[in-house]
Amino acid sequence: MLYFSKSRILFITLFSLLFITIASSNLFKFDDEFFSKKINLGLDLQGGSYLLLEIDNDPVIEQKLQNLTTTIRNYFKDQNIKISNIKIDGDSIFFNVDNQNKQIIVDTFTDENSEINPYYPRFKSHQLNIEDIGVNLKINFSKQGLVALKTSSQDQAIEIVRRRIDEVGTNEPNILKRGNNRILVELPGLDDPMRVKSLLGKTANLTFRFVTNDENDGFGVEKLKYEDGTDEATVSKRIIISGDNLLDAQPQMDTQSNQTVVSFSLDRVGAKRFGKATSTGIGKQLAIVLDGKIISAPVIRDTIASGNGQISGGFTFQSATDLALLLRSGALPAPLNIIEERTVGPDLGQDSINAGMIALAIGFLLVIIFMFIKYKVFGLITNVTLIINLFILLGILTLFEATLTLPGIAGIILTVGMAVDANVLIFERIKEELKDEKNNILAFDSGYVKSRTAIIDANITTLLAAIILFFMGSGPIKGFSVTLGVGIFTTLFSVYFIARLFTSLYVSKNRNKEKLI
Amino acid sequence: MIAFNKYYNHFNFLSGILIFCSLILLVFKGLNFGIDFKGGTLIELRSSDDKINVSSLRDKFSQMNLGDVSVKKFGNDTDYLVKFENKDNKKNIIEEIKLNLDKSFGNNFDFRRVENVGPKVSAELLKSGVIAISLSLAVMLFYIWIRFEWQFSLGAILALFHDVIVTLGVFSLFSLEINLSIIAAVLTIVGYSMNDTVVIFDRVRENLRKYSDIKIFELTNISINETLSRTIITSATTLLALLAIYFFGGEILKGFSLAMILGVVFGTYSSIYIANTVLVRLKVSQKTVLREDDKS
Repeated sequence: MLYFSKSRILFITLFSLLFITIASSNLFKFDDEFFSKKINLGLDLQGGSYLLLEIDNDPVIEQKLQNLTTTIRNYFKDQNIKISNIKIDGDSIFFNVDNQNKQIIVDTFTDENSEINPYYPRFKSHQLNIEDIGVNLKINFSKQGLVALKTSSQDQAIEIVRRRIDEVGTNEPNILKRGNNRILVELPGLDDPMRVKSLLGKTANLTFRFVTNDENDGFGVEKLKYEDGTDEATVSKRIIISGDNLLDAQPQMDTQSNQTVVSFSLDRVGAKRFGKATSTGIGKQLAIVLDGKIISAPVIRDTIASGNGQISGGFTFQSATDLALLLRSGALPAPLNIIEERTVGPDLGQDSINAGMIALAIGFLLVIIFMFIKYKVFGLITNVTLIINLFILLGILTLFEATLTLPGIAGIILTVGMAVDANVLIFERIKEELKDEKNNILAFDSGYVKSRTAIIDANITTLLAAIILFFMGSGPIKGFSVTLGVGIFTTLFSVYFIARLFTSLYVSKNRNKEKLI
Repeated sequence: MIAFNKYYNHFNFLSGILIFCSLILLVFKGLNFGIDFKGGTLIELRSSDDKINVSSLRDKFSQMNLGDVSVKKFGNDTDYLVKFENKDNKKNIIEEIKLNLDKSFGNNFDFRRVENVGPKVSAELLKSGVIAISLSLAVMLFYIWIRFEWQFSLGAILALFHDVIVTLGVFSLFSLEINLSIIAAVLTIVGYSMNDTVVIFDRVRENLRKYSDIKIFELTNISINETLSRTIITSATTLLALLAIYFFGGEILKGFSLAMILGVVFGTYSSIYIANTVLVRLKVSQKTVLREDDKS
């Protein structure tokens, strides 16, 4: 156990030096790209926001069912099948049909090439389930249909979220999918989390609709409140143009009224419709509705054919900027709820780094002093090993650009405390061996051999705990499990290679000395 | 040689009482779950005006209609930790609080940390925490079952349960907060306690093979003594590191390091007085380990 070949010594030295160099690249600047890697600081150390957003799919499902009723009615009308009493109740559509046509409809829905009920061959399932419940037929989304719907609204939502966050201009945001209805947003070094939260909290569904009292215009009407909550108006459900028709939106100072407005330009389809509406509707009020609230409802004075317009509504410059940003980035397919938020200010992050480093330094010092008092020369060997171990650990974290969190620092400190364990097991075993064995080298050899199973068992148990934490834990806790887990490997390496190398050099020089340890 | 075995019965009795009390506490008093597991909002504030004190701040917060609010000093004299349920999960609650505070105290507060956990997420976090701990216990059981004979597994697992339950009992007794980092601490305790037990068991097994004429009662004592200096040194260095985190690592790591400190103390104790006594009570002998050797 104590013999080291020259090549192995060379390997150990190079390996240690490599990681020490990588670790020190956190402190010094190297020109080389390989050495310019750095440990990432977690949000709890550098400050920033962690937001978990959940997509509220209920409105989407409701909307889809609403559209579906129209589709079903029209589709079967074309086939001369009369459908009556079609209504939505909860998550299902119900309708009545003659008994002779019932089977035809059921067959239409269960046909693999159905025109109105897409079939997913991959999942062997239709989008919709149809069920004959006696008096009427019941249609609702199948399990796979719901999954497909959720996935698609998640895909759209993450795109919009990305655009909005990019527009705010935070550095290196991290935007990820979680499950099929959640989005995780990590925003390092953000100074104004409230602004991002309010931007993400808005669906930004913009519509232009006429203010009307005519209940029979074929589309229906609804009462909507003004944004400031003071008044309400009856607005037609017919949408003239929507946010989808926007090409661009910018905040602007209107020189005539001296107000901040949002100016917009429309795409071709939008411009055409807007032109037509403004020419036929002169004198009428056109309500600009955002997320179910009226921003303003100006009276149309002229035909606007250019496709350019303005939205006024008592904006401040900030609110106009935000509205323009929301309109440019598009509407979310469904409302987002922030179901988890963790924000750390930059100065708390810095305080945590300082506290962590002080704790690390003190913990390290205490352990080193303790080991030196207890084992003298071998304590010194353990201590040097411990320092190299720490550098290798930092080096590996740097190499993989791992994220260091406050619990992660705690993990490093804990590793320092537990790393001596293996050396202690070995040294204590050697002491025991020396009671019967007078030959130093043989005693050291068997000390290493006999302590091995205990060391491996002991480290595997800690490693298992770290692995479970890694998969079950979130954010900062993950950082802890990473340092703890990597620490086990670096500890074993430094104990069996570095400490053993030093030990073997010392023991072969002092092979005849009594009371070596 | 210290006669640890003289006190096996006494300490078993003591552990029994400890576990019993802990379970009573856990059932009737319960744990003080933080917002991670209960849901709610947490704000860490730092005031730049030293005239502001905790009671005036508490008064202000109780006027804000936030439900049950707790306002506490947090480490520094100027730092406060505010927690409330946020039942309706209001979206702009932080802005409202900021406006309210600015109105009453001037612009003197720095919002250093804001955490808001919705009821759905907290329920999920609690579930995954419980799963993580159960899973780790199961994995440990499995590992030690492969490596040792079943009597040893039982001893190790009882020791683990003892450590986890008593640590949680202490948290319940002093109403210390249980949050995500406590789960991490508990898992690390599981690892550490196992580690400690395994080292002694390894020696017990070795000695069982070596001596056929020594009874397990005596043999465990020999093994404990042989590994005693290692037990002490490793516990000592680990505790030194943990004390450094507890005293210097900042307010956020206090609960975590405290749980770990308790865990290391209980873990060391249980390796000696629970794990080993199980071997004694199950009358483990040389046959137990030799049979296992024949098989392999």
